[in-house]
Amino acid sequence: MIKAILVFNNHGKPRLSRFYQYYPEDMQQQIVRETFHLVSKRDDNVCNFLEGGTLIGGSDFKIIYRHYATLYFVFCVDSSESELGILDLIQVFVETLDKCFENVCELDLIFHVDKVHYILAELVMGGMVLETNMTEIITRIEEQNKLEKSEKAKLDGTPVLIQTYETLDLSILNELREKIAKM
Amino acid sequence: MALSKVKGTLERVLDKNLQDLVRGIRNHKENETKYVAECLDEIKNELRQENVAVKAIAVNKLTYLQMLGYDISWAAFNVIEVMSSPKFTFKRIGYLSASQSFHEGTDVLMLTTNMIRKDLGSQNLYDAGVALNGLSCFITADLARDLANDIMTLMTSTKPYLRKKAVLIMYKVFLQFPEALRPAFPRLKEKLEDPDPGVQSAAVNVICELARKNPRNYLALAPLFFKLMTSSTNNWVLIKIIKLFGALTPLEPRLGKKLIEPLTNLIHSTSAMSLLYECINTVIAVLISVSTGIPNHTASIQLCVQKLRILIEDSDQNLKYLGLLAMSKILQTHPKSVQTHKDLILQCLDDKDESIRFRALDLLYGMVSKKNLMEIVKKLMVHMDKAEGTNYRDELLAKIIEICSQSNYQYVTNFEWYVSVLVELTRMEGTRHGRLIAAQMLDVAIRVQAIRPFAVAQMAVLLENAHVLSNNSQRNGICEVLYAAAWLCGEFPDHLTDPKGVLEAMLKPKITLLPGHIQSVYVQNIIKLYANIIKRAEGQNGLAGVREVGEMLQEKLPIFIQSADLEVQERACCMVQLVKYVLKSQDKDGDTAAAIAEELAALFAGDLNPVAPKAQKKVPVPEGLDLDAWINDPPSESSEDEDRPVGSSIFVTKDNNEGSFYHEAAKAKVPDMTPEERTKAKEQRRVDQAHNPNYLKGDVKKSASNTSADGNLGNSVVELDLSIPLRVPGLSSSDQYMKMEQSLRTKKAGKKKRKKRKKGGNDESDEEEDIPQIHQVSTVEEVPEGAEAMSDKEEDGGDERYKKLDIDLDEPLRPGEILPVRTHRIVPDHKLPEPEEEPKEKKKHKKKEKESKKDKKKSRDSRKEEREKRKRKKQSIPGEADEPSLLKEDHEEIAGDNTPLSSPRDKDMPSGGATATNSTDKMNDYEFWMSSTDAQSPSHSEPQGKPTTEVKVTPVQDITSGDEAKVDTTAHSKKKKKEKKERREKKEKKSKKSKLKAGDYEEAGGITTPSQEVVDPSQLETPVTAKPMSSYRLLAENASIKMMYETRVSPQRGDQLILSVVFTNLTPHLVNNLEFNVMDTLNTKLSRGMGQASHDAVQVPFVLPAGLSNEGQFAFSVDSLVQPTKLRGTLTYMVKMAEGSTHEKVDFRLTFNCSSFMSALPCKSSEFASLLSSGDLTEKSTMKCTPLENSFDVSLLRICFYNHFKVVEKVEGSASLYGRSIQGHHLCLLVKYNNGEITVDGKSAEGALLSNVLADIKTVLTSDVL
Repeated sequence: MIKAILVFNNHGKPRLSRFYQYYPEDMQQQIVRETFHLVSKRDDNVCNFLEGGTLIGGSDFKIIYRHYATLYFVFCVDSSESELGILDLIQVFVETLDKCFENVCELDLIFHVDKVHYILAELVMGGMVLETNMTEIITRIEEQNKLEKSEKAKLDGTPVLIQTYETLDLSILNELREKIAKM
Repeated sequence: MALSKVKGTLERVLDKNLQDLVRGIRNHKENETKYVAECLDEIKNELRQENVAVKAIAVNKLTYLQMLGYDISWAAFNVIEVMSSPKFTFKRIGYLSASQSFHEGTDVLMLTTNMIRKDLGSQNLYDAGVALNGLSCFITADLARDLANDIMTLMTSTKPYLRKKAVLIMYKVFLQFPEALRPAFPRLKEKLEDPDPGVQSAAVNVICELARKNPRNYLALAPLFFKLMTSSTNNWVLIKIIKLFGALTPLEPRLGKKLIEPLTNLIHSTSAMSLLYECINTVIAVLISVSTGIPNHTASIQLCVQKLRILIEDSDQNLKYLGLLAMSKILQTHPKSVQTHKDLILQCLDDKDESIRFRALDLLYGMVSKKNLMEIVKKLMVHMDKAEGTNYRDELLAKIIEICSQSNYQYVTNFEWYVSVLVELTRMEGTRHGRLIAAQMLDVAIRVQAIRPFAVAQMAVLLENAHVLSNNSQRNGICEVLYAAAWLCGEFPDHLTDPKGVLEAMLKPKITLLPGHIQSVYVQNIIKLYANIIKRAEGQNGLAGVREVGEMLQEKLPIFIQSADLEVQERACCMVQLVKYVLKSQDKDGDTAAAIAEELAALFAGDLNPVAPKAQKKVPVPEGLDLDAWINDPPSESSEDEDRPVGSSIFVTKDNNEGSFYHEAAKAKVPDMTPEERTKAKEQRRVDQAHNPNYLKGDVKKSASNTSADGNLGNSVVELDLSIPLRVPGLSSSDQYMKMEQSLRTKKAGKKKRKKRKKGGNDESDEEEDIPQIHQVSTVEEVPEGAEAMSDKEEDGGDERYKKLDIDLDEPLRPGEILPVRTHRIVPDHKLPEPEEEPKEKKKHKKKEKESKKDKKKSRDSRKEEREKRKRKKQSIPGEADEPSLLKEDHEEIAGDNTPLSSPRDKDMPSGGATATNSTDKMNDYEFWMSSTDAQSPSHSEPQGKPTTEVKVTPVQDITSGDEAKVDTTAHSKKKKKEKKERREKKEKKSKKSKLKAGDYEEAGGITTPSQEVVDPSQLETPVTAKPMSSYRLLAENASIKMMYETRVSPQRGDQLILSVVFTNLTPHLVNNLEFNVMDTLNTKLSRGMGQASHDAVQVPFVLPAGLSNEGQFAFSVDSLVQPTKLRGTLTYMVKMAEGSTHEKVDFRLTFNCSSFMSALPCKSSEFASLLSSGDLTEKSTMKCTPLENSFDVSLLRICFYNHFKVVEKVEGSASLYGRSIQGHHLCLLVKYNNGEITVDGKSAEGALLSNVLADIKTVLTSDVL
């Protein structure tokens, strides 16, 4: 099981946090901080596994991370996951991001954290690995994006009236409508 | 009013989306909180809007803020609003927010049931997908119960995308709603063979997670997983399956045997490192769980170790790390194979990566032997000097001590060396392990008596150089060693050459800067030293010097009186008075002066022994004492509160700090004591404890925690210049001992080589060169009278959640067992029938459930089914597993069930009774699959060919672990054992009387002991008189215990040898706590109980009253038997005498010669002839000797008895003998007798075995003593 997936930058600023077990917000922040503290002091040429991290897990849990440019991708997993397998999964995740954002960089993650979540949701669900095949993942994401676009078109098409009136107070408009409806 | 409206409109125009929010936060770095507060207000406004789009954007922003640590639970209802939007875009935002912020405690979740159900059934694939995704994060027990059925439907969806997600989420459903597991399991199992790889992978994933927590319930799926493993090409799935197998093998050794081959193939063929690594891991798990019987056992280990070496040598740090990790697993069972890679592991200590260094350190711990300890420690110390960062250095220091002190200093051969190492360790700057070093110094000096003079001399040097150590007065710093040094010098002053000098060193004013507890020890031991000096002086009649010393004390001790530490102050006051008194009496005439010396010495008389770590716990509660009973009636709570004055609370809290259970208890149960009395009593006890050296350790802790303030005092001291050389003159260096040892060893090595050449390499040298221990470690430990020899089992604090999922999945579904369907529930908390109700429903069992059909088909005989059901039921309740009633069940049932997999009791089941009649039974399919391995595997041919004999899985361990012993107490086996013993006793008597009669014995059903067979001399035509023969040989003997042993084999088990040891108590005392341990070799291992490590000793489950004997049996697993095996072992035990108990041990050497593995099986002469003519027996060997006994018959009898052969045919002057090894090697012998000389010609397929057996025969015939 994967207990948490964290992405933060070289300064420890969270870019994505996905906990598969409930922690209150302050605890989540503390975990992110602690993990950053553990991970950031390690050189790039040392191994990508870390034991410990007192807040999350315990002895059965490992921190497996990869460092890409300005970002750390950290998975906190228990012993049922293969260490090297998870490293490959991180790679798949990052490559998928790269495909979806076309040359992903930290800014993409900063401004589109929701999209990153949707992509991650196609890889991991409820702490269990859902899909590892990148083409399948990308197909699914693209299909969902298409769906979203088509909905947006509808949204943009119909409320033209409302949009033009948006410069005015909408509540007045609503009142007018209600009055019209009553009449 | 109007203005505010306009303002609101304007703001809405400038409504921020997520990107704006992020940008805004980035632009307000200096006052982020304020900005976010503004944004939150805006969001609250937006959430009040009717427009879902606006709400969605607001929720999206909230999700982002949640990541930054803001609580958004207040918006839960709005999130649900957005989730319920028909538009996918909004729905997705809603579900994302929910999955990030909802949890079991979110109360609005109960509103979502119907909405989620609608989404799950949505036409749109992605609506359902998003719902499943969200649900996987916030599913609650209620949601799981209500939605289980809908998810089940999705599992059969035509869309793989949904099937995949539905399968995966089932795990979460099971966790929340365990009752769903059984109804859903058949479908889940189906999905293992789903055409879509994603769905298959998900199913594997779920079952692996389930099986990890309760592996036993999933053993039946092993064949299916095996098939998947050999057919799948998806590495991800393969890894999962292989990991699962790693969890299953400990439960089912046969599975391991089956796995080895495909896993080995994968190791050879795969290019994926991740897969390779997991394969190695599982092979290791197999090798650990089934130590023998696997073809190419050693080869598999070698392969693993080799591959791991490649990983460790790889430049990729990840592989290196994992390689070391796996290596440490091998180390536990096969230390020898790892030890050959010592160089590599030592190299890893230099690695820049801390994780790797720690791993390597862990490995080193298991790798040390007497031979390489000094070398390894030396390397570690060099590392310590070089290492950067106190953390790592501290770790190294702790490791050095851990390595040296493991199993009672087992590997330390020279304690002078060790003391020197400890002293050298004190030179490490800034360590936090001062206390650890101090504890070691104390321990070694107390327990190794011979080392005391040396240790005390070293400690004296330390005391004289206390200034070097004391500059670091941080808590737990290196100054702690002064505590040990002071105490040792005071306790064993006889070994001091210059006690006066030491005394002076101890009175230096700088001492007052040390932490309080150290000063206390100083004060106490100053007086001890003083007493000693007086005593010595008295011997030389030179009282003048003594007077001087006394005056010095009188002058200098008062500095301690000013100490801030209460304890130091108190002790110092006492001591000053004492010195005054002594001085006064010395002023008087000679007689009193002499008397005072004696009196003073008497204050500190007496030796002390270490107290066993768990002694306190083991104090038995005397009969009739009820610890929970009130001594006096408890007063009402309020009155107790009142009569506790405020002032005394200081003492109460202080005592609580001690963490003593008894103090707490005393407080609660002796309420009638007034606070003053209580304080007094405690003070009294503290003084008692201070004077009782047995309380030393507790004292340290207490005073350290009380006097942490003193640490601050030390900081004010001017720091010593560290450029002063830390090397202290007069200290010995550990290096010199190492050199000494090396030179000694080279001498020995030369000798050894010569010896080896002589032997012709015949002897397998997996036996370690014996390095004598120069000093003896005393293992005497004080244990209270009547302490029970109980093994302290640690409680298994498993997650309650997973325990609920421990559900038998093989049992057919019951009619009531279906997933709840949406109905109007009358009772809000309707629960499904509990499993306990199951038996009642059994008879109503009708075909109702689709899923159960398959299972049912297989069980036509309802009576049988019922019986089995009952059995399985029993099995599924772990607590009942020990119930002896199961033993009464008839054998057929047991053979048809999977009982033998799980319980050790099956060893009592005669294997012959099993038949294959009920092979249609589902479990039997599994049984058949399992047992088929052995039939197929060529090197494990089972001569009697009954697959059912394989049901005996767990090794026969008559007396090994506590569990086993418990099983033995069942009526059934007890009886059997008794019978066996009787038989044996009879036999022994007989052989002594030399009345060898025929037909006295019936062969025991299952177990054939060689001694029994051989005694049957019916085949000898003429009754002969021979010397009394007993196959019991002396194993070891000392003043208190004697051990005789005999080996036995069972022809049914090709990999096991039973060692039967008769323990005789030679003392007039009770001997208990017998622990038997043997150093395993690659080939031969002592079978220990489940979960015991390879170094653990096996508890002998009886005590020996004075002068009595008892017999214990130990099973050994044997890999190859063509070579004789030599083992070394130790028996430790406690002799309980009136004045206390002593812990003693006796070492022994055990030889299993090749004859031990032979069993004399009857062979007809026709069979014998065909065997000889078959051409299989290619190896020949001849042996000639002149036997001691001048009778052919007696010689023949001896061969039969000691070497386990059977006479096939005998004509005058020659006889043909047959014997078979437990692994099925045939041995045919032709024994000829001519003029007092015996010639034995042997034929076998295994040359080495034959020549070794012939050598044994020669020994039997020519030597008198066996």
